[in-house]
Amino acid sequence: MNPQTTLPPTPAALPPKTVKPGAAGGRGGRRSEVRLLANLGHVALAVWAVIVIVPILWTFLASFKDTTEIFSSPWTLPAELRFENYARAWNKANVGRYFLNSVIVVACSTFGTMLLGSMAAYVLARYKFWGNRAIYYLFVSGLAFPVFLALVPLFFVVKNLGLLDTHTGVVLVYIAYSLPFTVFFLAAFFRTLPSSVAEAGMIDGCSHTRLFFQVMMPMAKPGLISVGIFNIIGQWGQYQLPLVLLSNAKDKWVLTQGIADISVNAGYEADWSGLFAALTIAILPMIVVYAIFQRQIQSGLTSGAVK
Amino acid sequence: MRHGKYPFVIGFLFVPVTLYVVFVIAPYAQAFQISMTNWRGLSAPQWVGFENFRRLLDDTNFWKAVQHHGVLLLALPLITIAIALFFSFLLNVGGKSSGGQRQGVWGSKFYRVVFFFPQVLAVAIIAVLFQMVYRPNESGLINGVLMKLGFDPVLFLVRPNLALWSIIAVLVWQAVGFYVVLFSAGMASIPGEIYEAAEVDGASRVTLFFRVTLPLLWDTLQVAWVYLGIAAFDAFAIVSVLSVDGGGPDGATTVLAMEIYRNAFVYSKYGYASAMGVALFFLTLTFAALTLRLTKRESVEY
Repeated sequence: MNPQTTLPPTPAALPPKTVKPGAAGGRGGRRSEVRLLANLGHVALAVWAVIVIVPILWTFLASFKDTTEIFSSPWTLPAELRFENYARAWNKANVGRYFLNSVIVVACSTFGTMLLGSMAAYVLARYKFWGNRAIYYLFVSGLAFPVFLALVPLFFVVKNLGLLDTHTGVVLVYIAYSLPFTVFFLAAFFRTLPSSVAEAGMIDGCSHTRLFFQVMMPMAKPGLISVGIFNIIGQWGQYQLPLVLLSNAKDKWVLTQGIADISVNAGYEADWSGLFAALTIAILPMIVVYAIFQRQIQSGLTSGAVK
Repeated sequence: MRHGKYPFVIGFLFVPVTLYVVFVIAPYAQAFQISMTNWRGLSAPQWVGFENFRRLLDDTNFWKAVQHHGVLLLALPLITIAIALFFSFLLNVGGKSSGGQRQGVWGSKFYRVVFFFPQVLAVAIIAVLFQMVYRPNESGLINGVLMKLGFDPVLFLVRPNLALWSIIAVLVWQAVGFYVVLFSAGMASIPGEIYEAAEVDGASRVTLFFRVTLPLLWDTLQVAWVYLGIAAFDAFAIVSVLSVDGGGPDGATTVLAMEIYRNAFVYSKYGYASAMGVALFFLTLTFAALTLRLTKRESVEY
């Protein structure tokens, strides 16, 4: 399934460039070239679309089959809709619990990240005070370090605070590791906001705090939405941090961790249909959310790279 | 704006800075310190200087991991960027030009939406999904087809020289859509007149791509390379979930993050694991510095 081999030739390998300076010949040549490229392009695009869609679709189909059917006819539609696979995954394999844990953790940590991140970014972007630059660079430097460098000491920091195997610990750690990007991005955003509105608010006797929550936050909404989406998706997909921080509390596990664990055990219990159902439970909500917020998600995730 | 500024500034900064220093800065600083000790979690750590680093040099798994990062570092960006560039060119300028406005091929919007979707999924979930896809018997997606057609099953994750490439394929599968969207944004900001002028001069699509699109997209490509390089230095979730016994078979797919995790949380060799972390840090730093240096180029103003 190496994507390289499934691709038709790249543009460099395309046949004749018969674009001669001659008027009629040039026109015709270019037109056929356009058609050829467009056709080849369509094939390539369609093939990639199939490569993306088929594994997911195949998982959905398999989630309704039983184990014999998965082995004997992996490519057919399921003989009947076995919703008991889902019931088994949701209750017996604890996917319901894991899902709820993920929702709780990500809701708290994203809210905390956005609140604390925008507070810090706002102050750093719009107030002059001693140490401003130093604190800003302290935050931004966090972007350069791999999380794995900190893994061992982080484990002991959390342990010593008594927060190991708790959601509080995971939420605080998620917030702390999301701050560098959030502060970096939002500080740039707050700097671009016009100061005339803020000054007008000040003259009307608005306090700094009120100015932030009632004037600046609403003005920064597009930026907040972009970073918010970035953080939600990043924190929802976290695997290594919960693996280290929640290892001994199975009832607190998040979805990624839980599904990975089920896949290890599915081999022993031979409950493949349950695993497919669990996978579907993890993927389907993302498809729904993505279908609704597709545009915002694309711009949110690429916002970090564009500037 | 003067009065009450400092209480406000301190009030707003106190919680985020404290949280950040306790959970991020302090652990990073301690990691360097712990890497110089033989700490195993029970007794007090003993200072051993560079002993851990000397042992790293003789550690075959460490060198295997470094080698895999080298492969990932070249293959992942090259393959992903090549495919993504090809697709985004088709989606943005591959179609007819009408009224001077360049258009993508038919269905561009649909393709962009579909291609991007894997980016939304968690890597661990994708790893489980591809464990199913790569299964070595008729229940696997690929081998199910191969065996129906009468071929022998391919042991994607078990054959040592195939396992790493099977993992790279999954990473490419996930990443392409993201870079298609990223490059599309870059291509959209290239003014149409440049294409038009080039076409009047008789440039073909292929020339357009190499002479106009590529140079004007250089900055975006650089960003893409750095992003994919950073991804190549992580790869923990995919390797630990997808590969056979965490980096196997026999270390054929292991990465530094996997070795750090194993040494720290399975063997409790905290000092040694931290030394690997420090090595990883310097590798990442070298990569970032090299990339920025090597890809430095006069950016074209337009």
